[in-house]
Amino acid sequence: MNSIEELIRMANQIGQFHQSFPDRAEGLNGTAMHIRRFWDPRMRRALLAHIDEAGGAGLDEIVLEAIRSYRQELFPPEQPVT
Amino acid sequence: MTAIHEIDYGTPAREGAQAVTLTIDGVPVTVPEGTSVMRAAITAGVGIPKLCATDSLEAFGSCRLCLVQIEGRRGFPASCTTPVEPGMKVTTQNQQIGKLRRGVMELYISDHPLDCLTCAANGDCELQDVAGEVGLREVRYGYEGANHLKAEKDTSNSYFTFDPSKCIVCSRCVRACEDIQGTFALTISGRGFDSVVSPGQLGTFMESECVSCGACVQACPTATLMENTVIEAGTPSHSVITTCGYCGVGCAFEAEMKGSEVVRMTPYKDGQANHGHSCVKGRFAWGYATHPDRITKPMIRHSISDPWREVSWEEAIGYAASEFKRIQAKYGRGAVGAISSSRCSNEETYLMQKLVRTAFGNNNIDTCARVCHSPTGYGLKQTLGESAGTQNFDSVRTADVIFVIGANPTDAHPVFASYMKRRIREGARLIVADPRRIDLVRSAHVEADYHLKLRPGTNVALLSSLAHVIVTEGLVQEAFVAERCDPASFEAWRAFVAKPENSPEAMEAVTGVSAADVRGAARLYATGGNAAIYYGLGVTEHSQGSTAVIGIANLAMATGNVGREGVGVNPLRGQNNVQGSCDMGSFPHELPGYRHVLDDTVRSSFESAWGISLDPEPGLRIPNMFAASIDGSFKGLYLEGEDIAQSDPNTQHVTAALTAMECIVVQDLFLNETAKFAHVFLPGSSFLEKNGTFTNAERRISRVRKVTEPPAGKEDWEITVMLANALGYPMHYDHPSEIMDEIARLTPTFTGVSYERIDELGSIQWPCNDASPEGTPTMHIDQFVRGKGRFLITEYVPTAEKVNRKYPLILTTGRILSQYNVGAQTRRTHNVDWHEEDRLEIHPHDAEERGIREGDWVGIVSRAGETTQRATITERVQPGVVYTTFHHPESGANVITTENSDWATNCPEYKVTAVQVMPVFRSSEWQNRFKQFTEEQLALLEQRITS
Repeated sequence: MNSIEELIRMANQIGQFHQSFPDRAEGLNGTAMHIRRFWDPRMRRALLAHIDEAGGAGLDEIVLEAIRSYRQELFPPEQPVT
Repeated sequence: MTAIHEIDYGTPAREGAQAVTLTIDGVPVTVPEGTSVMRAAITAGVGIPKLCATDSLEAFGSCRLCLVQIEGRRGFPASCTTPVEPGMKVTTQNQQIGKLRRGVMELYISDHPLDCLTCAANGDCELQDVAGEVGLREVRYGYEGANHLKAEKDTSNSYFTFDPSKCIVCSRCVRACEDIQGTFALTISGRGFDSVVSPGQLGTFMESECVSCGACVQACPTATLMENTVIEAGTPSHSVITTCGYCGVGCAFEAEMKGSEVVRMTPYKDGQANHGHSCVKGRFAWGYATHPDRITKPMIRHSISDPWREVSWEEAIGYAASEFKRIQAKYGRGAVGAISSSRCSNEETYLMQKLVRTAFGNNNIDTCARVCHSPTGYGLKQTLGESAGTQNFDSVRTADVIFVIGANPTDAHPVFASYMKRRIREGARLIVADPRRIDLVRSAHVEADYHLKLRPGTNVALLSSLAHVIVTEGLVQEAFVAERCDPASFEAWRAFVAKPENSPEAMEAVTGVSAADVRGAARLYATGGNAAIYYGLGVTEHSQGSTAVIGIANLAMATGNVGREGVGVNPLRGQNNVQGSCDMGSFPHELPGYRHVLDDTVRSSFESAWGISLDPEPGLRIPNMFAASIDGSFKGLYLEGEDIAQSDPNTQHVTAALTAMECIVVQDLFLNETAKFAHVFLPGSSFLEKNGTFTNAERRISRVRKVTEPPAGKEDWEITVMLANALGYPMHYDHPSEIMDEIARLTPTFTGVSYERIDELGSIQWPCNDASPEGTPTMHIDQFVRGKGRFLITEYVPTAEKVNRKYPLILTTGRILSQYNVGAQTRRTHNVDWHEEDRLEIHPHDAEERGIREGDWVGIVSRAGETTQRATITERVQPGVVYTTFHHPESGANVITTENSDWATNCPEYKVTAVQVMPVFRSSEWQNRFKQFTEEQLALLEQRITS
């Protein structure tokens, strides 16, 4: 799996695009849903673990807020994928 | 000439609204206004002898063989240059005309060798045919006078021979070079009897500007310009129409054959993408298909340090399946995946993703569009509602302003570039945004009004500053936006781009482009009439690749340049089937037709058709697969047609990922760089050896037809079917047409597509369904696919790849005309004559500072790695920027590129790498390791245990 540093970089890039949305709620939703729709569940779980275990160090505010706001949608019940 | 004779009408068709009726030899005929008498006659079935006329070129009127008599007119006008008129009465043949024609023919033949029986064009020569038609029986002038019979042949070009002794100076070659190709490499030197066809200034073809497109060879009515394959093998006897396997233009060709051997590839006159034109790759570079490097037996090995063992198809497939099952049992269902290629057909990529989603039971399928046009799919879907370009190629013929950004069409899409250049010669204006001075900026009869020579990595800043001018100078097409676009998103975007920080003056420091040029270009784009944007990988392969695509769509919507001919947003796809492979659901988050795996309704339609539950979660993308391999959670990979060890960025990271896997199955033509890390090799089929379809950059689905048998006995789709069955998921198709039928049943934009329908129409541009039964040349005509066009804010975010004192130059990478992608095909042809190695282009200023001279070996060092190449010193690149290509594996272009990638799609940032360049005297350590590894692997191939 991508290292946590890579995942943080990728998540922050997604957040940067949505940061400029004038409607903050739309930006948060866009950030969270992009991760939901394009990241393999293993990547999402690793990011969540980083937030839970390390407070999300290195993640931009918009990413942290997006993930906290949409935690349920982002991390559906464990899938028997791996 | 072509051996497989099509009717040559002598002059091009006209599309005049008025019909004109005339009589030719007593036969009434009605043709569009503007048609020549010659074309009208041939349309009516009345042949007229001709030599300088052919229907791919405008009439020239030089050979004097096509003369006719017209009632009420004096003399004998040339039928090729005389337009029809109502009531005209034409006589094409009588004693007087016959005598005149024989006289002209006598003069031609008096300076032409009489070696017809041993001539390469025997039976395929218009001069020979016309001599017969006019009844030439003697040549009264003898052959003792001055003549050209001993003129020396020019064999400098590996693909064709120029024999001036056979030239009749009809100028067809010169006009083809000018009018069709637009290169202007040929001319007629001298006057009168001394007139000769001359490449450049009386040099050879190889020394001239000739790009070897072959248009001159095709236009030549004699054996003066003749393909070497025909000289060697003789004239072909039959042909099959198929589609080129190279770039995203998707040219139609007649594969001309003798028995089962291809003798010549001739661009098909009725080809709807190429209209009878081609480039050096498609026309000539097909010899790789019979190259001795082809692997023609399945092979397996347990470890990459073992010699290969040739085995039966059953054993190879059985071994691959058992390994994938073992890995899934040990590491989990998600520990295996597949990567398909844009070189594969639609049917093959469809089956690959189907195998992964059914037999593997996950969504770990990706395709090489990940590393090229995935941002196009994302950006255009978000804004316009469909992941595809909006136009057909012919649309450029009505463009008034052509804006080329991050694309180099003369090298990468040469046939389309010839259309573009023709339109520019007709008066269209041109804006080029590119860090390099590409050929389009200034070449024969083409000059850009604006060359926005931006710094690599600043596309988004440039696009926002162009938008700033359009918004703040009142150039928005308000009525279009009000009717067609989402108002809230437009207002937010308008406010954003109007900010002072997005002005050309503010962005000048970022982009390096003068504010005056940006303002001028923006005004031209917005007010110059039909404005069309064409873009390529110079837009997508950036950390903000998707943002730039969105920025392009924003510009087109704001100026009303979408939804009709002559305008639009046109991604120039790199490989033959980039569009098709994406359409076929080759991304890990999408099922065919760009529908997300999260969508329960879509997923259930596939579940019901395929009889299996599908994973509702997106799978791993290519870079994620590499990362997962290195961390030990991804262990098995099936690749078809894709050479990731050469084409993907940060080679050392890729090869580390490949080395960490337990089973790599490569299905390809050659033991490519990736196959050197493989455990199973499945010999694939070239485009000449299989049936299927390719979808080009204009969404055009064209047939690929088998012209010869695959040397290993299997078409690629059959191999994937065998593997799926061995994995336990039953697949059965008797022909790829059945695969297309399944695609059509499951994909709303393909509902009306079938092989039968493609054969009827020639090709089909999707969407093709009940609403558009003959396909859709132009999209978004009445409304956008998503309903209202959506503007998105495109804030410029500088790349994380920074120059500094250690890495002070920016490397950007690209392609050249004669080579294709990783070069696996073109390196095995005579195309190496034009490009035998990748070189580093460096500006004279940067070279001098470093003591680098032309041809010196230089080390190129980045944060990812180091390689060496020879230097080409050129002002094509700007100071501070260097450039190279990636066609040769040993040059290691991707050893230097990094894993930085587009925020939305992970498309690698090939176009921006901070490097240092210094003279060196030895290869890099990577190159030494590469050389050793390659020698070991080739030895293991040589030592293979044969069955």
